[in-house]
Parts: sequence; structure tokens; C-alpha cells
Amino acid sequence: MPTIHEKKFVSGDPSKCIGCTVCEYACSMKHENTFNPTKSRIRAVRLNSFVNLAVACRLCEDPPCVAACPRDALSQSEETGVIIVDEDKCNGCGWCVEACDYGAIQLHPERKVVFTCDLCDGEPQCVEWCPEEALDFTTKDIISQKARITAVKKLFQEALKSGEK
Amino acid sequence: MSYNKRVLYIDLTSGKIETKPLKDEILKKYIGGIGLGMKLWLDNSKAGVDPFSPENPLIFITGPLTGTLAPSAGNSYAAVSKGPLTEGILNCEAHGFFGPDLKRAGYDAVVFTGKSEKLVYAWIDDESVQLIDAEHLRGKSPAETDETIREELGDFYIRVSAIGEAGEKLSRVALVINDEYRAIGRGGMGAVMGSKNLKAVAARGTHDVNVANLEEFKEFVRTIYERMKGPATRKYRTLGTPENVLVLNALAALPTRNFSQATFEGAERVSGEYLLERYVKKIIGCATCGMRCDHIALVPEGEYKGATSRVEFECLWALGPLCGVDRLDAVIEAIRLCDHYGIDCISAGNIVAFAMDLYENGIITKKDTDGLDLSFGNHEALVETVKRMGTRKGWLGDILAEGSMRAAEKIGKGAEKYANHIKGMELPGYDLRTLKTAALGFSVSFRGACHLRSGAYSPDMKGKVDRLKIEKGRGKIVVDGEDMYNIVDSLILCKFSRGVLYDGYKDMANYYTLATGIAITPEELIKAGERINNLARVLNIREDKGTREYDTLPWKIMNVPVPDEGVAKGAVVSQEEFDIGLDDYYNARGWTKDGIPTPEKLKELGLDDLVSIVKKKIGSKK
Repeated sequence: MPTIHEKKFVSGDPSKCIGCTVCEYACSMKHENTFNPTKSRIRAVRLNSFVNLAVACRLCEDPPCVAACPRDALSQSEETGVIIVDEDKCNGCGWCVEACDYGAIQLHPERKVVFTCDLCDGEPQCVEWCPEEALDFTTKDIISQKARITAVKKLFQEALKSGEK
Repeated sequence: MSYNKRVLYIDLTSGKIETKPLKDEILKKYIGGIGLGMKLWLDNSKAGVDPFSPENPLIFITGPLTGTLAPSAGNSYAAVSKGPLTEGILNCEAHGFFGPDLKRAGYDAVVFTGKSEKLVYAWIDDESVQLIDAEHLRGKSPAETDETIREELGDFYIRVSAIGEAGEKLSRVALVINDEYRAIGRGGMGAVMGSKNLKAVAARGTHDVNVANLEEFKEFVRTIYERMKGPATRKYRTLGTPENVLVLNALAALPTRNFSQATFEGAERVSGEYLLERYVKKIIGCATCGMRCDHIALVPEGEYKGATSRVEFECLWALGPLCGVDRLDAVIEAIRLCDHYGIDCISAGNIVAFAMDLYENGIITKKDTDGLDLSFGNHEALVETVKRMGTRKGWLGDILAEGSMRAAEKIGKGAEKYANHIKGMELPGYDLRTLKTAALGFSVSFRGACHLRSGAYSPDMKGKVDRLKIEKGRGKIVVDGEDMYNIVDSLILCKFSRGVLYDGYKDMANYYTLATGIAITPEELIKAGERINNLARVLNIREDKGTREYDTLPWKIMNVPVPDEGVAKGAVVSQEEFDIGLDDYYNARGWTKDGIPTPEKLKELGLDDLVSIVKKKIGSKK
């Protein structure tokens, strides 16, 4: 199992996301060979024009969805940290759906079992297709690094400009 | 394939709901969007129907690409009916998120007929279709209606298309809005909906949309997304359409103070540059689009503090320069009010400017305006007049809600000379005295004054022709533009994305074939574009609005020379050159001198069922 520092997941940047749902269409195209946002493992939320974010599984440590499953239908991959659904065991009871704080595990509209992000074998199609580059396939450490760099750049805008001269 | 091959019929009088199949042959012939919409309108209406009659069908149509990942076409729908402003055929298209849900619910089109006894909304939830009481939504804005419906039906992802107070009150400039800022905008479609007591359409679709050839479709779409990052969409992603303010001003083509001038001394203060720097808070986009073009503006301070609206050039121009107003905060507030009451801001700005012109010329006075000082440039009067028009308040608000042509008829005293409309629809923001290919294009457009029916302003602005005169050859330019836009609006591609279709018809034919599995060639598509234009023309002829005498220009365009110093000084469209243009256009279309499609032309296009309509009209002209 990769450590929490190494685990890569799909992260949305609210300052870039515009709620266009391209990620949803790309996801259903990859996994279901069709176009249907209700079958997407990532869902975009537009609260209003200014507040948009796409949300997918965050590969939690000690994932509450796995812990909540009374039928042992869910497990976490040792290799990547993704949540694996045993569709033979899952009966769609939805305890895992309630346990997830992010709405990242959902009931499939047709198969009546739960489904969630599987990182497309390491090449998440939502990240590939996002036209705003608002999605990243990254680790929590890299996210915090980037945030720090952005904050420092903002703080020292003037100094950076004079440095260019 | 990407069609559902099914039409939903909702009779609002009886509450009867049924579906009927659509044949491949009809789909290939009329594509979808406005083409299919006009065909369905023809098949479901009788000649001479009043736009507000229960007998006038209101049709929502998706396209063959709706619901797919196709950028700008995946997210759209269109509406067709007989229009309250022109009393001819009316087409509109809107993007956003609503269209795909209608498509996923399993329909290519919805035909609303009849009139509900009470105010209702239609709830289309896949196969389950209900009419739900909407009395509690009366007077609410489209955005409030959207929010309330999603809350009461209990699903955040339901999409809603709704009218506001103006639509309920049958204002002929009322529109329909989906997803907060996206509009079935021009010509009064909102009032047709209001006349049926239909407050909104809510849709939730959970079915798949499949394309015929997924692998190749995916590759092609990927190419289009990549092209969208390039120069063809730069304008829409950066300054947005308000970039036009300074461009048109430099060409003396920015109509100012109700077409009294063609340049605006306050242009800098209402420019796209000024807007972006001071007011644009976020640029967002529609579903399945790689472009993002919605410039959402917020007024940060002053008397209009907190006003938020989506700003495009047309709205900005109509409620700004055209009214002589140089304050963007007031313009942003006026656009917000148009969206709130549900009126088309292009018409609204024209109508306020018309009223201001009448006031300046003493045709109406403070007695008529209940004390309001309607001088050009008075931003408070602008905002107040939009409010009155949106709610039909007072004598002035009530007549202005009818559009400028009908308001002028009611006012009399020569007011019609100040009403800038074609076929009853108010002009968009291009001065037709200095952009004369546009003058010809706008005059023959089947839905009235419209920049989106042929894009005929483009060769003028790009310097491809001498924009200060009409000469032979312009007819063909307009025809080519119209046929192309008919296909764009039938595939329901966003016109902002037309630049990324480098290979034009070839790209569009490829899109169509990969999605539907129905093979179509670029030549067949061009033919379909021509067919749709002829269909629209014959529909207008059937409604007695489609012959030469209706292809006109506003009085000012033909009688008041541009006064501004510079290259365009003195420009005006003469009857002589306008006639040359019309003759040239009818000739390029293969129509008679009266602008009537010949029986031979209709047969060539497979429109044999329309021949009897034109034969009758040609006979009456002899």
C-alpha cells in the first residue's frame, strides 16, 4: 500500500473549475462507452456562477466506505489505494454512500451496485479532458507545495517583477 | 445512434401526453434543431394562427450532437414557434445544461400545444411526464423558478427552462432562460410559453446518449477541443464579445443614441477592456465546452452595488451606447433586470432608446412618462424603464412591452420613424448604414433583424467587401452565410465555436455521420441548409409575412445619413442600392422578383409539399 504521501488521486482546483462537466462525459465515455453524467464517477457541482468544483474519490486512509460495508464488498487496493467494489457481494444497500463525506461513491443507475473512481489504471480521463486544467492527478504533498508557491508568489508580486529586470 | 427517433407531444388543454416516432429520412432531411423544429411546426399548425393562440405549437428540439461530448453542440437545444414580434416563423437556440437532460430523457423534440387552464410547469422525468401546478411560481424570475423547482422536486441536477413575469404577461419581447444565464432570447418565445400558461419545463434524463462510431467520434472531438485552445476562440476566452465595442466604434458602426450617431464618445468607458478590468469576476462556460465565454460581471460599489449579470456585446451595446449610457454599472444592473423579468435585452435596449428618442423629439413628454426624464444618457431612466417594461407598469411600460413597432403604431405622431426594427424585431448592434452587406442580410433574415441568421456583418468588418455600398455579388454572400448558419443551428453548434470548424461543411458532415451513423456528404449538408432556408421562407409566406415588401430596413437607415466625421460621414442606404441587393439575393436563391421560392426550386429541394403555398402566392402577385 502506498503511504498517504504517495497516493495519487484526482483533485479539483476551485479557482480553475468552471463546472463544465466535461469530466463527467469523459468518465462515462471511458468506463461505459456512452455519454451519461449519471454514470460518471466524478461529478461537478455548480453552486452559482462563482463557485464550481468537480469532486471524485480522495482515496482516504482507513476509508469509511470500506469500514461501513456490512457485506465486505469494498476493499482498498494495496497497490494504488483505489476502492475496489466486489459487484457480486454488493447489494446496493448504500451504507458506504452515507459514510462518504464527499459523495464520491454512488449507486450506479442501472447495475444497482455502487461505483467510484478507479483512476483509469493511472491515466484518469477526466484529467486528460479537462479543458481548464482544473483537475490534477496528484498527491496531497504536491497540492500543498503548489498552494505554498502560489501564496508566496502573490505575497511577493512586486519583488518578482523587479527581479525580472 | 445519437437520435432518439421520438417526439413527445404535450397537449396543455387536455393534459394528453403521447410520443410519436421520427423516421431516419426526416432526420437526415432536417438534421435537428431549427430545421427539424420548423418541419414539426409546419406539420402541427394551420395557416394564419395567432402566436398567442392555443393552436400555435411551441416546440423544443435537441440536436443530433446534444448529450454527447461534442464541444458547444453537446449542450444545446432550440425552440421554434410562430413569433409574437414578427408574426412569422421564430427560431432560437440556447446552450447551457438543459438540452442534454431533455435528450437523455429520450426525446428529440417536445411539441407543446393547447393552453393550460392554470399556470403549470412540465416535469419531464425520463418516460414520466407530468404537468404540475405553478401558481406559487407566478411572478418569479427564471432563476428563482429554476431554484424553487429543483428544491421541490428534490434533485440538484434537474435542469429548468423558464419564463419570468414578462412572459406571463405576454410581453412580445419576453424570453425563456435556462441555467441562470442562457436564453431562448429573441422574438418573444417567452410570451408564447406564457400564452400557454406554461411557466417552465423541468427535465431530468438518465438514459445513455450513444454515438454510432465512438472511437472515431472521440478522436474527432478531441481535435476540436484542442483547436478550441487556439486563436479561433481567443476573443471569447479573453475580452469576450464586448471586444466589439471599440472595433465597431473605430469603423463608425456602433449605433449610438437610437441610431442618431454611429460612434460613441463614451466607448472607452463601456469597452470590453474596461469591463474586464473592473467588473468581470469570473469567466465560466456551458456543459461540454472547452471554450468558456460567459463573462460574469459584478458591480463592486456605488448605487448598483451587488448587481450581477452575464455581459455580452449585444446586451451591453443595446442598454449602453444605444441609450447614450456610458456607465457599465447601470448597464450591468439593466441586464440583470432584463434577465429577472425575462425580456430580451437587445430588444429592451432598442425600445428604451426608441422611447428616449421620442422624448428628445417631443413626441412623448413627462406627462406620458409619469415624470420620468427620458433624456439620452440618463442611466436612472434606463433602469426604471426596463422595470416598467418588464412588469408592464403604467401606460409607458405597457405599450413598450409590445415592442417598438407596435408601440410606435399606438403612439402615432410619426413615432414609427424612430422604431428601428425589421419585420417587427429590433436591430442588433451593427450600424447598417456603414455595414451594408449586413443591411441586406438583416433585411432578408426570416426571423427579422438578426445578426445570427447569416453573419453578413463579417465580410464588411473584415474588409472583404466595400462596406459602404451594396452591389451585385452580395446576394450570394448572404445566401452562403444563411445556409451555413442554418446547419450550425440545426446541429445546434454554438456560433462562437464556428471558427474551430476549419473545414466547415466537411467537419460538420463528419460530426453528423460519426454521431448518427447516417452518412451525409458536405454537399448534402449544403443542400439541407438551403432547404431549411426555403422552408422558413415559405412558412413566412404562408403567414403572409414572407414576400418582398417585408424585406425592409428601418426608416433611419434609409433616410438619416451618418453625421459623424470620418470615412463614414453621410453614409445611408439608398432605395436604389437596396433594390439591387434584394434582386441579387432573390436571384442567388432562385426566387421570383417578389422574393417567392419557385415551385421548381422547392421540388429540387424535396419540398414538394410546399408547392401549393407558393403557387397561390405567385398567382396573387400577377
